[in-house]
Amino acid sequence: MPQHNSERRLASGNEAVAQAALDAGVSLGTGYPGTPSTEILEAFDAIGGRAQWAPNEKVALEVGIGAAFAGARALVTMKHVGLNVAADPLFTVAYTGVTGGLVIVSADDPGMASSQNEQDNRRFAVAAGLPMLEPSDSQEAYDFTLLAIEISERWHIPVLLRMTTRVCHSATLVQTKGQLAPPSQPNFVRDVPGRVMIPAYARPAHHRLRAKLAEIAAWNESDGPIQVVDGDRALGIITSGISYQHVREAAPRARVLKIGLSYPLPVEAMRRFAAGVDRCLVVEEGDPFLYEAARTAGIAVEQKPEMYRFGELNVGRVRRIVAGDVSPEPALPAGKPPELCPGCPHRNVFEALRDLGCIVAGDIGCYTLGVLPPFSAMDTCVCMGAAIGVGLGLRHSLPPEQARKVVSVIGDSTFVHSGITGLVEMVYNPPATGHVLVILDNGTTAMTGMQEHPGTGRRLDHEPTGRVVFEDLARTLGIKNIHIVDPVADEQAIERVLREALARDELSVIIARRPCLLAAGAIKIREKKANAGK
Amino acid sequence: MPESSSVVNVVVAGLGGQGVLKASGILADTAFRAGLDVKKSEIHGMSQRGGSVSSDVRFGERVFSPMVPAGEADFLVVLTVSQIEVARPMLKAGGVLIHPGLVDETRLANKRSLNVALLGALARQLNLAENLWHAAIKAALPEKLHAANLQAFAIGKNP
Repeated sequence: MPQHNSERRLASGNEAVAQAALDAGVSLGTGYPGTPSTEILEAFDAIGGRAQWAPNEKVALEVGIGAAFAGARALVTMKHVGLNVAADPLFTVAYTGVTGGLVIVSADDPGMASSQNEQDNRRFAVAAGLPMLEPSDSQEAYDFTLLAIEISERWHIPVLLRMTTRVCHSATLVQTKGQLAPPSQPNFVRDVPGRVMIPAYARPAHHRLRAKLAEIAAWNESDGPIQVVDGDRALGIITSGISYQHVREAAPRARVLKIGLSYPLPVEAMRRFAAGVDRCLVVEEGDPFLYEAARTAGIAVEQKPEMYRFGELNVGRVRRIVAGDVSPEPALPAGKPPELCPGCPHRNVFEALRDLGCIVAGDIGCYTLGVLPPFSAMDTCVCMGAAIGVGLGLRHSLPPEQARKVVSVIGDSTFVHSGITGLVEMVYNPPATGHVLVILDNGTTAMTGMQEHPGTGRRLDHEPTGRVVFEDLARTLGIKNIHIVDPVADEQAIERVLREALARDELSVIIARRPCLLAAGAIKIREKKANAGK
Repeated sequence: MPESSSVVNVVVAGLGGQGVLKASGILADTAFRAGLDVKKSEIHGMSQRGGSVSSDVRFGERVFSPMVPAGEADFLVVLTVSQIEVARPMLKAGGVLIHPGLVDETRLANKRSLNVALLGALARQLNLAENLWHAAIKAALPEKLHAANLQAFAIGKNP
């Protein structure tokens, strides 16, 4: 049963966002799994919210927009690179605005604990023109989710909630508020000039957006989530998000200006703060976002040395920033790197790719570990779905003897996320030497912790639903050579089928299908349950 | 003024699948039940695949950063010998290392309870009431594992 009473508990930032969404009457949570954001929707489902996985972040955001147009409150979650995928609807929903509250979580990963880049999505807030809140712990993750809904409904604008790895995955104390006033009943009210972005309607919509942002900026100055911690005027620090926590510990005597709404910034509050201290330093993780905004406004502030732009901040690094220490940082001993599990069905596939000397255009998932010894069988990994496009580009451009070795390798969840359009490209613009696509179908989104996806035929809560069948899809798109192999049951099969496909100068799709070892038990139980229900 | 010296810093380290996060979760919950401010930090994702895993737990009157600064852990709990040297730089000079050698593993009813046994060894050093530990262990595990883990905790606490 959902929790409705106010309570104090230890919760991760992700759990706190889910609890706030439930307490605020969010009627739909949608997203695509991605570390460190994944647990938000899982927690929302576990406490009684309606949560669902979308094929990718763009679709998730579009579904969220529809819900918000209907007047419902919606939560859309993704990791930082997911917002790149969702950027197209993001930039235009800023123009249309929303009716019900729409909160978009961007979980950034400074230090790249489990990501391919450490982009700073505060830049997206500026680029799209959307307000962005940055919590620094689980309490603020809870409070700012509620505040995001409030801002969203007051100004009819989607709000970005920027979490970072340490806020998502650290457990800290949270005082919840209990169930809040529910939103009004969803009801369709036609608003053609507001929601149909043809140029004639989009031009005034852009003006409306800038006017809203000006109002929100003024509100941020007077009533926004700004916190000033009194301290010695010798050192003032402007900060936001998790960096605030490190600052309080590393510089306990400093005066601190903590910014909660990072866009539009409370520039005048920053100016007053800087004028009241002898030395004003900006401490922020990632890009010099606050620093550049302060300097543009003509505020005299000091920034962190460039070396601290890379990786996460922590108490030790903030002490060094305060001291202006740019000496090399002591390296900690390297731990044991992750590897493909013993018995992982991907192992045989990567052994075959290695033994056949393939040029492998890879993708994002556990199987990216195929790049490491003893396989060393991956040559590119750029973003979700890139295996296919990059593989095709290599085939088009390399001399034929090299082109014939190129194979695209993609996981099942990644294929659904953004590999399908790549497969369409493969049919539409086939290389002269043909191409070989291997879909590693282990029946789950293993990397992020065994989430369902449209290819499993089960929903986020593991109940049965419609299933996208990869071989049927490939056949419908016009692929003639389709092979399904179990890389564990028949260890030789994958190498044999790969060798044949590479010799063919045609388009081939090989589906290496075997459940992930870690998920196999649960999958079997769920399949049995689904069959019993038929 | 925040007084960081009143904060107890614990780092739990091991390999993926050994119960590092379960152990840090039980410790954090015990401190929470004692009415203290608590923060627990961990990294998910790639580390699940058999790589090194560590989790920080900090508790006291007021905790700011969720991460234990390198060289400032009062206690380092390591679940497997191979990770001792990897994690040792986290420990402060004079800090206490809690390692598998402190527990007679042959006495454990369930070998997978080593993480909880080492929490027992840690509990000897901390001022957290026994009943709070028991409540946190029970809250973190399914009922069928309660007996084995309470036994493991007792073995660690009273070797």
